[in-house]
Amino acid sequence: MAIATTSQPAEIADLPLKLRLKRAERMRKLRALGLIMPLFLFLMIGFLIPIGSILIRSVQNPELAEVLPQMSELLRAWDGQGEPPVELLSVMARELISAKADRSIGKAAKRLNYNVAGFRTLLMKTGTKLERAAKKEGLDVLLADPDLLSRFYKIDKRWKDPRFWAILKQSSERHTLYFLLQAIDLDWDQFGEIVQVPEDIAIYRDVLWRTVWISLVVTVVCLFLGYPIAFLLATLPTRKSNLLMILLLLPFWTSLLVRSTAWLVLLQGQGLVNDVAIWIGLWDEPMMLVRNRIGVYIAMVHILLPLMVLPMYSVMKGIDPYHLKAAASLGARPIRSFLKVYLPQTIPGAGAGVLLVFILSLGYYITPALVGGPTDQMLSYFIYFHANNTVNWGLAAALSVVLMVCVLVFFSIYQRLVGVGNMRMN
Amino acid sequence: MPPLSLENHYMNTGKPALVEFKDVEKSFDGETLVVQDLNLQVQEGEFLTFLGPSGSGKTTTLLMLAGFESMTRGDILLAGRSLKNVAPYRRDIGMVFQNYALFPHMTVEENLAFPLEARKIPKSEIASKISHALEMVQLGDFGKRRPGQLSGGQQQRVAVARALVYEPKLVLMDEPLGALDRQLREQMQYELKHIHESVGVTIVYVTHDQGEALTMSDRIAVFNEGLIQQLAPPSEVYEQPDNAFVAQFIGENNRLMGTVESIRDDQCSVRIEGGQQIVQARAVNNGPAGSRTTLSLRPESVKINPEGSGYSERFEARVEELIYLGDHTRVRVSVLQHDDFIIKVPRTDDAPVLQVGHTCTVAWQAKDCRALDATQD
Repeated sequence: MAIATTSQPAEIADLPLKLRLKRAERMRKLRALGLIMPLFLFLMIGFLIPIGSILIRSVQNPELAEVLPQMSELLRAWDGQGEPPVELLSVMARELISAKADRSIGKAAKRLNYNVAGFRTLLMKTGTKLERAAKKEGLDVLLADPDLLSRFYKIDKRWKDPRFWAILKQSSERHTLYFLLQAIDLDWDQFGEIVQVPEDIAIYRDVLWRTVWISLVVTVVCLFLGYPIAFLLATLPTRKSNLLMILLLLPFWTSLLVRSTAWLVLLQGQGLVNDVAIWIGLWDEPMMLVRNRIGVYIAMVHILLPLMVLPMYSVMKGIDPYHLKAAASLGARPIRSFLKVYLPQTIPGAGAGVLLVFILSLGYYITPALVGGPTDQMLSYFIYFHANNTVNWGLAAALSVVLMVCVLVFFSIYQRLVGVGNMRMN
Repeated sequence: MPPLSLENHYMNTGKPALVEFKDVEKSFDGETLVVQDLNLQVQEGEFLTFLGPSGSGKTTTLLMLAGFESMTRGDILLAGRSLKNVAPYRRDIGMVFQNYALFPHMTVEENLAFPLEARKIPKSEIASKISHALEMVQLGDFGKRRPGQLSGGQQQRVAVARALVYEPKLVLMDEPLGALDRQLREQMQYELKHIHESVGVTIVYVTHDQGEALTMSDRIAVFNEGLIQQLAPPSEVYEQPDNAFVAQFIGENNRLMGTVESIRDDQCSVRIEGGQQIVQARAVNNGPAGSRTTLSLRPESVKINPEGSGYSERFEARVEELIYLGDHTRVRVSVLQHDDFIIKVPRTDDAPVLQVGHTCTVAWQAKDCRALDATQD
């Protein structure tokens, strides 16, 4: 033992410096790792995994493959040309009957209904009729019928339409781009070509454009309203600026829902704003300020303004007040001092505010839902709608992906223009 | 303290002054005056320093001249023109700030181009003016860098170059060397002095560092409590302080409090407080016989155990402390009931050998001891 302990230092001393340094640093590294571990796990469980699962869900399409497995396999193998082969029809009939029996047919029917309204009843009806025929004639006889196709035609003439077979074939894939295409108003035609959906049912591009437009307007309005406030906050004496800061933050500490509802109350036809405006004679009739775009702008700007002001304020606070004095002493008029000396130094803060407000607005849902009209709903509303009301998780996930891509695109544009390295939050 | 008459100290060069302060007053709160009764002329080409402790009104005075503070009363004339309603950006005064106030988002060249562009000077001239200004501060190769990439001393030079590049007649400097370390500060003092001499610009300089003021200035205005205490060339401010504040604030000073016994011509006899010894002093700013006075004596004027009869004032002293400082030794002695009396003994071969606790004779000439006002305590 004694020999071992005395020989150890010599051994360590023989190691190369790099290795020794590594050993010495190991403990510190482990401790650092331990400190970030809770946050890392939290992000993994609360953020990365859900986002990953949403991404996967947007291309998953398991319904047909699970409920009607052999039919799906044959459909995938079929080239889709001409009439469906009798072997496929036979397998389809058998699986429809058994799915009918264990009631799993509803799942597949619902999935097919996403593509064409009415496919659900078509499939259910076909299942019921085939089941009845099987009882009357015997299952084996039915399945062996060489002219199964005309039975299908007799059950419903929509089976003559190759479009339904094309949809059936597309939907049999375990993974599909269908939802993603639908999220940007695209679809496959019966030949498998990507086409625009008819104008009367196209909606998501409009919604996306509307979402971006509302976010842009809100961001620009916030920037122009917030800049002077931030300037005032940064230049006023501490006592006054603290008071102003509390006034600014007070609504920020109130629940989003409460604030949105409050705006609804204030802005409605018989609301405070209209009453006061009519009383002092600004306008005669109650003006529509809510349940429309104006209401959405007012409420969203109000809610997001602090997020624009705070990063700008902290950057402005860091600007040496002597810079403006120096500019004046060097002969620059106030406008020139502002444009050349002050404004460029505030761009990192304004950039941070713009990015923050714009990206948050892109995901806004509650406020437009409360104070907006039907044509003011933003993309998040439809994500919610499909996740909760129609329970079309595929489309909800695909719309989320579109929103996420949209955020990334704007982020990279921003990165080009301003540079995140240039952005300062505190 | 009654305001001193400064008339004698104006430099009478015959030329009209470049800057003239006329009865200027400044109050921030409406209760106290931070600058009062300010009458001052700055001559063209002069290096004038405002020296004083913080809160003495020197920076406020400078800011009023630059246009960043308003005057509560009075007027400032620049080249004969009232500055009362002239915005700072129209004054054509250069200014160097304590923290330099260089624009961090611009390169050195862009910083220097800023005042030129504001004056709509053609591009071709701008380039040559910039390179000339950068040469002047020995930063010829640094034009493309940003202020953040420069050392403190280099930033300081850029700030000076920027204040000079558009050739203003007057440049104000607000403690421009305050942020530099000691060695660099001393080097920059000489450089500023040389730039001032070669360019011929008028500089008004604010500092609380008396060494800086003595090194660079043509004249020093010593500020305290909003009043100019003395306005004179450096040697005069140091060697012939007008009052106890100036004597104490500039250089090292031995103070002896006493009562005036008698005055004859410019000599007076002063009885030191707490004892009966009489000291002969030069009557400068003391009251009539019977009033209190502060005697001011520079440490280097005092000799220990001198030989010969040149030193009329001789007193017994006890050595309290010896501090070795290389080129000289500071000797603290107790003499005339004061135990904080400092004497500087240069390190020479014939320097007296001293030991703590020993007694010796300290001596000075009566003309080196100035009887001043007694308001300071």
